[in-house]
Amino acid sequence: MINSILGRKVGMTQVFAEDGTVVPVTVVQAGPVVVTQLLGEAKEGYTAVQVGFEEVNAKRVNKPDAGQFTKAGVTPRRFIREFRMDSTADMQVGQEVKVDIFKAGDKISVTGTSKGKGFAGAVKRYHFKGGPASHGSTVHRKPQSGGATDAARTFKGSRRPGRMGGETVTVQGLSIVKVDAEKNLLLIKGAVPGATGGMVTVCIMD
Amino acid sequence: MSTIIQEIEKAQLKAEKPVFGVGDTVKVHVRVIEGGKERIQIFEGVVIAKRHDSNRETFIVRKISHGIGVERTFLLNSPRVAKVEAIRKGKVRRAKLFYLRDKIGKAARIKEAR
Repeated sequence: MINSILGRKVGMTQVFAEDGTVVPVTVVQAGPVVVTQLLGEAKEGYTAVQVGFEEVNAKRVNKPDAGQFTKAGVTPRRFIREFRMDSTADMQVGQEVKVDIFKAGDKISVTGTSKGKGFAGAVKRYHFKGGPASHGSTVHRKPQSGGATDAARTFKGSRRPGRMGGETVTVQGLSIVKVDAEKNLLLIKGAVPGATGGMVTVCIMD
Repeated sequence: MSTIIQEIEKAQLKAEKPVFGVGDTVKVHVRVIEGGKERIQIFEGVVIAKRHDSNRETFIVRKISHGIGVERTFLLNSPRVAKVEAIRKGKVRRAKLFYLRDKIGKAARIKEAR
């Protein structure tokens, strides 16, 4: 059976557990996603299922994607994603997948696009310590040494200021607190990458 | 805030909101679980502050225990707070009674509201 779903981050709040402890949760409105294609070993060389998420005006879809939807006989969707599977025997094109594939207590991983931080310094980007704030110091948040001097060059990949955020980030080991199949909601314990409204992939961990 | 989150938070609220104000003396019935057994513990004192925020609403109760001031913050909607009884209405002129922390004995009294 499929073990992933696409959704949008709604935001964070807190809920009470049965014993009265407070659990911080991220609300994700996930699915339903619709199966648009089954990929097999014979033709594509790997086994996966292709799904579409979030209905959208046909005008918003480009021609290659529109072709996929016509072939599958489903209405146009905003996102198309593939999930690797061991077997697609129990799946069929046009099938809807909802949040009820999850249950409370499931261990999951969540993938999203982190918030963009723009051009960030080394202190923020790599948690450099920075220099002293006072006592005559003129070095506050500079990255300091660029590396060894005998190399006569800077090695590639040395940590410098630059663009931060806006990357694909996966958080593993989160757990499902509650599944609301009626409203397509998942309550996930803890924080999830990305801004409110961002698209996230929720996957059951083996 | 999104309506979805508002709905989730609303579902957490207690059906009947306990009625008490800042300055009131209250008995808070707290569920305590010890060794698998549940019992009710009572914390009695003066409400010195309330913080309103949907299902995160809290209140602070202050009492003097063996000559030492003790303050405890409770989540109003927590299932651990079984009941809040107002036993005396206080007449106060402000919303936060943090000034009581600096007063001892007679000076720390609150007039009863009539």
